[in-house]
Amino acid sequence: MYKEDEMRINNKNKSNTVLLYIIASVLLFIVFLVSISAGSVGITLSDTIKLLTDHISDSGHNLAINESLKTILFNVRMPRVVLAAMVGAALSVSGAAMQGLLKNPLAEGSTLGITSGGALGAVLSLTLGIHIPVFKQLGLAITSIIFSFLSIVLILSLTYKIDKGLSTQTIILTGVIFSMFTSSLTSLLVTLSGDSLKQVVFWSLGSFSGRGWSHVKLMLPFFVAGTAVLLTLSHELNAFSLGEEQARYLGVNTKKIKLLILALVSMLVGISVSVSGTIGFVGLVVPHITRLLAGPNFKKLLPLSVLFGASFLMLTDLVSRTVLSPRELPIGVVTSFIGAFLFIYIFYNYSNKKSR
Amino acid sequence: MLKAENLTVLIDNKKIVNDVSFEADEHDILMVIGPNGAGKTTLIRAIMGAVPHSGRVFLNGTDIGKLKPKILAQKIGVLTQKHQPQFDHTVYEVVSLGRYAYKKGFFGELSREDKEKIHQAIMLTGIQDLVEQSVLTLSGGELQRVFLAQLFAQDPKLLILDEPTNHLDLQYQIVIFDIISEWVKEKGRAVISVVHDLNLVYSYGTRAILMENGRIYSRGNVKDVLTRDNLKSVYKVDVAQWMQSLLKNWSD
Repeated sequence: MYKEDEMRINNKNKSNTVLLYIIASVLLFIVFLVSISAGSVGITLSDTIKLLTDHISDSGHNLAINESLKTILFNVRMPRVVLAAMVGAALSVSGAAMQGLLKNPLAEGSTLGITSGGALGAVLSLTLGIHIPVFKQLGLAITSIIFSFLSIVLILSLTYKIDKGLSTQTIILTGVIFSMFTSSLTSLLVTLSGDSLKQVVFWSLGSFSGRGWSHVKLMLPFFVAGTAVLLTLSHELNAFSLGEEQARYLGVNTKKIKLLILALVSMLVGISVSVSGTIGFVGLVVPHITRLLAGPNFKKLLPLSVLFGASFLMLTDLVSRTVLSPRELPIGVVTSFIGAFLFIYIFYNYSNKKSR
Repeated sequence: MLKAENLTVLIDNKKIVNDVSFEADEHDILMVIGPNGAGKTTLIRAIMGAVPHSGRVFLNGTDIGKLKPKILAQKIGVLTQKHQPQFDHTVYEVVSLGRYAYKKGFFGELSREDKEKIHQAIMLTGIQDLVEQSVLTLSGGELQRVFLAQLFAQDPKLLILDEPTNHLDLQYQIVIFDIISEWVKEKGRAVISVVHDLNLVYSYGTRAILMENGRIYSRGNVKDVLTRDNLKSVYKVDVAQWMQSLLKNWSD
């Protein structure tokens, strides 16, 4: 008889889930094509597809298409768009994970202050000249990851000292204050080192301007490893989203899993910050929308956040570089604009629910 | 079955639980009673190792502090006092999380046995009409039954319940304890429950611990613990007199 209620629940969900995965994948593909086609030098979609298929099949029979278009497509736009997709996916999946871990729908890299901690690390390594020979950017990435991890540990222990219940408001407040403090340090360091205002803007609002394949190569292993391990923790995150104590009684090794999740999130956020600066609210917006579509079960939420997150940041990057063309907006302007409104909306709902 | 030895919990230099020892045998429903702040919930956390403590707890001779979390969850299940879900998981999802301790491998799908246990737990607690609902839409009493169902799905040998009838109306208080006293009859099972309602303690308890300021004031059979003097001393109210005057309302 148990089959009845199970089938009732599962059949409806399964078809919905498959449909969502298809929509998310198709969306990802379309947004990718549009993003590499659109820009100050427009390439028609059909030309893009021709160039792509030629590139894959390695036949050069479409030489009619300008060589410089090819360069723009493969060496300028594609790495930038791929990087945006990875950063979007990384920030979204880590945001979703933090929300589950802390049972807090407002938690994510930027609201918790992890991104600005990571940025401080990156700038420190730049000004102090810490780098590893051969992989120049690796030193930067690793300091950013370490600082991200230290930031989240510091913020959580500080919050715990203030409020043992780790309430939503206290965590976010601590995160915001920490974020303001580290951002000002970052800006101070950049200014003292004689760098331009452009650098300050990069570290506080993020950008994919001028990013190339080297950045993609740098990010790829961290992204793949971090996301893959996080995806295996869906049951643990489901348990954590009922509260840490409940998770423990259900049999989750809470200490170990919590540390692992914090490390993975720091890795994903830190590497993202080191290649694209601090881009706010992505980890808030994408998981929220994904939850509305797919529900809060992490088994679906994590992979779908990866797909939607990639599309979301490719799209916002597209907007940031085309809306005021030929000038570029820092991408954080676009994401924060959306994110701030959503933050208030979620917070409003949350407070109302509590007082009910 | 369960044996706790000299449990002490120190928080901010205050002994919230002070040198507590007790035993619960097979088929026991051990009721933990005492005024607010007596240390009942902290005692549960100490048993489960969820709070820094000294002292040891043995389950059938095994020191449970040495068990892996999943193994511990297969043996002991806890119903906590407060449930404040933040996300709109369905009731079925929440109940099926009870099977976490039996999951194997990374992606662990629910096995046939898992699904059967979940179904039994849903039927036992009478929440079959709620399975598709979001837990955010439930009343306090419904939510309590959902988490109780999660606990039954977890299928432990020992249930530790922190005010299981919290938020439940009179009818369901009785229903829940009827279920629990049926459940405990099977071999190798026992229940430890924090309860405020002394009627429930009398009706369903086999043994009781009366706590005051972190210490055990009295323990033993329910009748021996719930004496007029003990209650008067710990609750600072003449409970017996109060109950008697309450009963007069129905005497014709």
